[in-house]
Amino acid sequence: MKVAFVGATRGMGRALARALAERGDSVFLLGRDAAELALSARDLEARGPRAPVGHAPLDLGRPAGFAAALDAADRGLGGLDALVVTGGAFGRQEDLAADPARLAALLEVNFTGTVVLCQQAAARLAARGGGLVCAFSSVAGDRARRSNYLYGASKAGLSVFLDGLDLAYRERGVRVLCVKPGFVRTAMTAGLPVPPFAGEPEAVAAAVVRAMDGGRHQLYAPGIWRWIMLVIRALPRAVLRRVQF
Amino acid sequence: MTELPLEEVTGWGRHPVGRGRVDRSDGPGLPAGEDPLVVRGLGRAYGDAAMPAASGGLVVDRTRADRILGFDGDTGRLTCEAGLGLADVLRVFVPRGWFPPVTPGTKFVTVGACVACDVHGKNHHRDGSFGNFLERLVLVTADGRRVECGPARERELFLATVGGMGLTGLIVEVTLKLRRVESPWIVLETVGVDGLETMLAGLKRSADDWPYTVGWIDCLARGREVGRGVLMRGRHATAMEAAGRRRPRGLPLSVPVDAPEWLLNPLFMRWFNYLYYRLHGGTLRRRLVTHERFFYPLDAVGQWNRLYGRRGLLQYQCVLPRAAGAAPLVAILDRLGAAGAASFLAVIKDCGPASDAYLSFPMEGTTLALDLAYRGAPTEALIHELNTVVIAHGGRVYLAKDAVTRPEDFARMMPRLAEWRAVRDRWDPGHRFRSAQSVRLLGDRA
Repeated sequence: MKVAFVGATRGMGRALARALAERGDSVFLLGRDAAELALSARDLEARGPRAPVGHAPLDLGRPAGFAAALDAADRGLGGLDALVVTGGAFGRQEDLAADPARLAALLEVNFTGTVVLCQQAAARLAARGGGLVCAFSSVAGDRARRSNYLYGASKAGLSVFLDGLDLAYRERGVRVLCVKPGFVRTAMTAGLPVPPFAGEPEAVAAAVVRAMDGGRHQLYAPGIWRWIMLVIRALPRAVLRRVQF
Repeated sequence: MTELPLEEVTGWGRHPVGRGRVDRSDGPGLPAGEDPLVVRGLGRAYGDAAMPAASGGLVVDRTRADRILGFDGDTGRLTCEAGLGLADVLRVFVPRGWFPPVTPGTKFVTVGACVACDVHGKNHHRDGSFGNFLERLVLVTADGRRVECGPARERELFLATVGGMGLTGLIVEVTLKLRRVESPWIVLETVGVDGLETMLAGLKRSADDWPYTVGWIDCLARGREVGRGVLMRGRHATAMEAAGRRRPRGLPLSVPVDAPEWLLNPLFMRWFNYLYYRLHGGTLRRRLVTHERFFYPLDAVGQWNRLYGRRGLLQYQCVLPRAAGAAPLVAILDRLGAAGAASFLAVIKDCGPASDAYLSFPMEGTTLALDLAYRGAPTEALIHELNTVVIAHGGRVYLAKDAVTRPEDFARMMPRLAEWRAVRDRWDPGHRFRSAQSVRLLGDRA
């Protein structure tokens, strides 16, 4: 695979980019911080057989730059056939509720930016016969919780978009994979109380690679979250109102 | 930054148990503020080396800073962030024919910890400790500066950092030389030995021809059989020897809960040790094993420390100078046998010359390592007794394992402690880097 990758510098993205690079896929990094991108590119070069690993600027909050970023990835990879987006913003409910500017920025990055980028990439891939779009949503988008609904809303919108994108583009050769991680121990979740069934980024990455190769359109990771969310989605509203959850 | 939650923090031995606020960010510098802090890697130090000085203290976990910054495929020179795990180094580089120059008995340690503990391995008699293969370190010191050091640059800081238990600064980058190997396989020879003298002679005899040697001792054998065990020696297999070999797929095993304390009764331990001796002792056998099997047998069992029950274990590792001969080792093993202090196997290994690093553990002589189930004051008293033997013969204990040694005993074990203190004081006069261990052994403020 030739993968344009947004979010490879940290957390699950770092683990996934490594898993891809180590098995021989070509990766091209897109992101905001050029110094961080360069460090991660060197890491991937050392780990995988494909060197050099290129990178170019992309800010999920600025859709105007997406076309140029995809062009750069296309050139760097000699024609990309997959886009992976693990990058996104996170904020605690209380911080987002108290700071409208921060909330707007989070919605912009997690929803607007990611949607526009994936849509653009899907159109490109379809035009050349097909490919894969894989983006990380979250279990937080499956059902609203009072403690996390602002972040959850951005991911709920993204999940619906990815579902639709898969419906619309599969017959044109573009597969869409929506990854819904449960709680995973990364720098993003550092400092949060760790719930049961927390996962590790490397295990999530391995599962995502398998799903990227297979034909699924949705993946819960760790896998147990599929069943947890089945239960949570089925909870009556009266129960959700009562529990501090 | 929101307040970090309090967590339970212990060493791998799970005794003592403390609490700390663990900063797991992946940023390059120190946490803001002036709070004292302890640097922690993957938590495999047995004792209190990576526990906060005071309850609720700040613990800096930089295992997310784990990027490879450069690798030279001609020379094996690897530069990485210090949080990179040895397991990752093995996974990435063994298939390409490179191996860590020195490895401890677990791969679940960071490269930074290998520096901070100046770890040694089965090749110490030939290659010395981890510090011998370092070309360059980058530290963030107490004042927040990035400082580069190495064998020829800021040499004193380098010598104080290698084996310095993370007390000179946060190690952020490491450059080391990997070793070329032809295959991921190890040619292993095992032979039973009937006593300590035979074991020591066997280690000595094997040292010339074998890069890796180690002995496993049945430490419940008494009298004439003291030191009875299995001598193991290994070397990297050549490509020809390893041709066609496929890596076996091991089942992931894990100890799901704390074992009950009655499990480790003396009878069971005696039986286990005896069985091991029967199984692996006897006449010389030669076979090919994976490097995981040879170097990291315990890594195959997740959370094996739970076998020692809820109260945990103390690991005791000492080294005795060659000149002391076998007598102190016999005394230690006798004492353990008499105490019926349950231990699975004891590990014995001959060491080569000591390193120049001030607090480095190994010295020319023999090292002995064993697990003791923690049973309160009697276990601690036993260790103090063993320490007395060690001090009387000019030996010392390994800080990566230690949880109970007294400060006055430690000072007697470490002839270069004053030199180390002077360098540390120069770089960290306020002792911002401190640990439960440095409070206990060095008199740092809690």
